[in-house]
Amino acid sequence: MPFGQGRSGGGGGGRGRGGDKKAGDKEKGQRRPMFRRRKVCKFCADKIDDINYKDVKLLGPFVPERGKILPRRISGTCAMHQRKLQTAIKRARQLALIPYVTD
Amino acid sequence: MSVRQYELVYILPPDSTEQQVAEVHDLIAANVTRLDGQIERTEPWGRRKLAYEIGPLKEGFYVLEVINGSGELMKELDRRLKVLDQVIRHLVVRSDEEKKVVDRTRTKRQTNSERRRVKRGLPPTRQPGEGRSMEPDDMDDDRFDVGEV
Repeated sequence: MPFGQGRSGGGGGGRGRGGDKKAGDKEKGQRRPMFRRRKVCKFCADKIDDINYKDVKLLGPFVPERGKILPRRISGTCAMHQRKLQTAIKRARQLALIPYVTD
Repeated sequence: MSVRQYELVYILPPDSTEQQVAEVHDLIAANVTRLDGQIERTEPWGRRKLAYEIGPLKEGFYVLEVINGSGELMKELDRRLKVLDQVIRHLVVRSDEEKKVVDRTRTKRQTNSERRRVKRGLPPTRQPGEGRSMEPDDMDDDRFDVGEV
């Protein structure tokens, strides 16, 4: 799924999405002009069962500079592992292993 | 009262002496034994940088304790640590349930792969030199095209 348009409900929802949408459809018609590597869930691929809050090295790549959790649509993590990742990151934040925000 | 496994991590100020660290540990140990629990192991991680400043502090002394005990015990410990001034941060996490899930998925994967291998007429475990070896070219970390966040 290329864009998060699934629940674009309530067309007038600000953000000036109107023009954007058309361009998106066009791109879809051309079957992806740009090459993009297929995203795979890192945890499924590497068979990492345990996503632990103590393992900062593992969590690091999923927390970009800003400090936000990397969304699934970018990292390609599967739903189950994203959920586990989320709790792990939030726990690590409480212990000041990972920042809440950085500017 | 069921016995469960918990992990307790707490952070002390970086300038605390060994004696102070021992004091906090003893306090926890005393409480654990009083409410008939048991400390499985203690892992001092030592000093490390905090990801953000907590008050004036930029570093902390981390200690991890794995405790077997009841929920009431952890409640009591949590309450005490909240009051304690020397502990700047702490976290209690129940770990036995997660461990069980991890073990289960791991054994399940293994038995599945063994079953499939036997069906294909192969020995159940992987032989040396079999299959693709780990190519170093896949280790680069451009897995994410971080653009829009």
